[in-house]
Amino acid sequence: MKAGVVVFPGSNCDHDCYHILKHVMGVETVFLWHKDTDLQGVDLVVLPGGFSYGDYLRCGAIAKFSPIVSKIVDFANQGGHVLGICNGFQVLTETGLLPGALMKNRDLKFICKYSNLRVDNSDTPYSRMYAAGEVVNVPVAHMDGNYFIDADGLAKLEDQNQIVFRYSDGNGECNDTTNLNGSVNNIAGIVNEQGNVLGMMPHPERCAEGVMETRDGYFLFESIVKSIGGAA
Amino acid sequence: MSVYDSFNYPEVTFPVAKEMGLTEGEFEGIKNLLGRTPNYIELGIISSMYSEHCSYKSSRMHLAKFPTEAPWVVQGPGENAGIISVDDEGLCVCFKVESHNHPSFIMPFQGAATGVGGILRDVFTMGARPVAAMNSLRFGSLDNPKNRFIFEGVVEGISHYGNCFGVPTVGGEVYFNDCYNGNPLVNAFALGVVQKDKIFLAKAEGKGNPVIYVGAKTGRDGIHGATMASAEFDENSEAKRPNVQVGDPFKEKLLLEACLELMKTDYIVGIQDMGAAGLTSSAFEMTSNSGTGVRLDLDNVPVRESSMTPYEIMLSESQERMLMVAKKGYEDKVKAIFEKWDLDASVIGEVTDDGHVRLTWAGEEVAVLEAAPLANEAPKYDRPYARPAVMDAIQAPVEVTTPENIQEILEKLLANPTIASKHWVYEQYDHMVRVGTVQLPGSDAAVIRLNEKEVGVALSSDCNSRYCYLNPFEGGKAAIAESARNVAVSGARPRAFTNCLNFGNPEKEEIMWQFVSAIEGIIEAANALETPVVSGNVSLYNETEGVPIHPTPTIVMVGVIDDVTKRIGSYFKETGSTIYLLGENDGHIGGSEYLASIHGKELGDAPHVDLAREKAIIDFMCEAADKRLINSAHDVSDGGLAVALCEMSFDDSEIGMIVKLESELKADALLFGENHGRVILEVGNAHAVEVEKLAKANGLPIKKIGRTTSDKIDISLNGDQLVSLKVKDAENLWNNSIGEIMK
Repeated sequence: MKAGVVVFPGSNCDHDCYHILKHVMGVETVFLWHKDTDLQGVDLVVLPGGFSYGDYLRCGAIAKFSPIVSKIVDFANQGGHVLGICNGFQVLTETGLLPGALMKNRDLKFICKYSNLRVDNSDTPYSRMYAAGEVVNVPVAHMDGNYFIDADGLAKLEDQNQIVFRYSDGNGECNDTTNLNGSVNNIAGIVNEQGNVLGMMPHPERCAEGVMETRDGYFLFESIVKSIGGAA
Repeated sequence: MSVYDSFNYPEVTFPVAKEMGLTEGEFEGIKNLLGRTPNYIELGIISSMYSEHCSYKSSRMHLAKFPTEAPWVVQGPGENAGIISVDDEGLCVCFKVESHNHPSFIMPFQGAATGVGGILRDVFTMGARPVAAMNSLRFGSLDNPKNRFIFEGVVEGISHYGNCFGVPTVGGEVYFNDCYNGNPLVNAFALGVVQKDKIFLAKAEGKGNPVIYVGAKTGRDGIHGATMASAEFDENSEAKRPNVQVGDPFKEKLLLEACLELMKTDYIVGIQDMGAAGLTSSAFEMTSNSGTGVRLDLDNVPVRESSMTPYEIMLSESQERMLMVAKKGYEDKVKAIFEKWDLDASVIGEVTDDGHVRLTWAGEEVAVLEAAPLANEAPKYDRPYARPAVMDAIQAPVEVTTPENIQEILEKLLANPTIASKHWVYEQYDHMVRVGTVQLPGSDAAVIRLNEKEVGVALSSDCNSRYCYLNPFEGGKAAIAESARNVAVSGARPRAFTNCLNFGNPEKEEIMWQFVSAIEGIIEAANALETPVVSGNVSLYNETEGVPIHPTPTIVMVGVIDDVTKRIGSYFKETGSTIYLLGENDGHIGGSEYLASIHGKELGDAPHVDLAREKAIIDFMCEAADKRLINSAHDVSDGGLAVALCEMSFDDSEIGMIVKLESELKADALLFGENHGRVILEVGNAHAVEVEKLAKANGLPIKKIGRTTSDKIDISLNGDQLVSLKVKDAENLWNNSIGEIMK
């Protein structure tokens, strides 16, 4: 497989995603410049964390209009795999590839810490190496991670099992006290109906190596490699 | 009418010069140096360069005594930042700490944000990609709403700038003391990675080479900021808001990427960021460093407002700007790289060879000054200093009655904001971006992996300003010793430091005495521990309405660890292991947090530092880490032995301890005294014998004091139970204190 990491002005987790894909997973990986319109034949597009275009106006709002994103929308609509992490998730909701929106954290402060996540759907290309109900420990780092969607949209997400990760405690309990940013139903990450587009606020690339606090994020990338690469 | 006359500047007289912060003697000296009276533009330039902030006029002669050399030092003081090598393959780290105290008091958010922006530019100007930031912050007591407002604004400003820029803010220190009520301190540190053969310096060489301005446009913000930072505050200081700059971290991120891309080419000769005194200091520094000259056509400088005059353009401290000298003929290639990143790049002049900085407007010279004399021969004062007689009373030994309930005192100390967990602060900072932070905030030092290599650096920022107030010499020594100890306790070898010397008004003899004494202490410790200084900054006049801060020489120590998997954290790893005390308790309570916060006495002598002992601890820790003998380790500092022990339990795993102490000392002195040279070690039973041997080989006392256990903290003295707490209860006090206050 071949992966592409998008570089917007203001992206700052682009090198981190590139590092994990290329050096840890051994996947051929290229950078995709925001002014370009060529996806270079990649099988996976990663929209990395950061502050695209300074996050001025609204997080992800300007990135939506960049030349590369219009191609990514086409790519996703044709079934291509797109992973949006943090700012990438915000871009995906702005483009409409994923439903809902990300608002300021409930406490109006930036939050950077390790958080427990319960894996609620292990049947996606991004989570197949996790067990359903498993609790993983992955860092978050965001100011606008408070996921919101209207009641009908939420019911649809729940009914169709599109919620992949929820903020929980170490035992997998999801309630107000384990909801670090105020997201509806503790939502930390969702897939689209087809399952080829994942958006998540936590940063799996920050815990994908043995030297880090945990290695729980590694299995998300391993899931991708097994799904797309078809390797055993 | 000449172009100059069209600006309608006032006539230059001494009152005008005084308004810009010059003394009568300095004004006369300038006239003698020039052989004429400067015009208004020239006077503005000279007054900025003569400001304490830019000229170091009160401190230069003392700074010259610092040790600055070691085999691993690649660039010592004098450039934008210092550089040391960390391996044999040319990998280097570039770092500096700098103050942004005065702006942060006036506008906490923007003051702190631009402090971060400025220090990041200092690092990437040299070709280094910033990979870690830290901050040393000091505020008045949080009981006061104004201090809470400043604290919250400063933390948000740092968070805003660092997070967006994409540098992990990996640690630092936060102290609360009423001496900072009218004068908070914000010292920002950054560290970058650079290959030895890719370092860029502030040079303006090659007659005819173009001078290129890049980055943000010049506005009216921050004019005379350097002069503001060189005077005491009074009740009118808030009127200086327009002197504070406004930062745009997104612009700086673009500037970083564009500059690093440009630095991979061979198009440029030299580069300098525009920091304090803006275009003025960058032009003069680059020119005087190279012994050349420069002509700047100021009407080509990109400006935000069309009516700006040369005086404003030269003295603006607008952020996110760089000045560079490119090779002639490469102008378009340089511009193309900046266009790619949507940034301005304009040729605003050229290098000459006549030793002068010439400023033109509409083709006419409006200011001409010789570069080297102004840059190198700024005033230098040997200010008088004397130990004030009141020190005898301050340093007299203190006696207090030992409290009956030791556990209650411990609980109060754990919740004291200076001792309590700073997670409310560091969780607002992105401390993990760049996937290099292998030791997260909360341990004694942050450990950063450099690229894909195993080699890393450990960073610790320290200064106990109460010690420096009680005994500036020992306080200066302690700042070096503690920062080096913290680095070593993490498993790294301390190699070099950067400092930010925050003091009051140097025109007062007692303040100058604090300054000189603290520097002497720093020098003695730096020599003993073989850690030279490679960069730094001095911030004087930290006084409001005549009340000075405690002397605060902030030290950021940088250590090198060959293999980051050998790092040591500060939290207990497993139950059933042995707890050792390395070093000895001597019961010194002078200067302790216990004495200050429980008894209300900032008195007594500061604890004295035994530098030979500190060196032995460093050697011991480096070898023990290399052999992976230690589970966890924590140095004993603020709050003393009992607080240090408790802190080792405050991790998610909530491992507790049973500690049995035997001592002749009084319980409060033993548990809360702050003498130096002590480290608590958690050692697995398989390594106990080897650790004891290694301590003895280094001449260090070592004593088993307890074992790790499940979720309780039990501490007894000579068989009497003094503390019996659930880990969770103690941790809640420590963990929630600052968050509760800031609700």
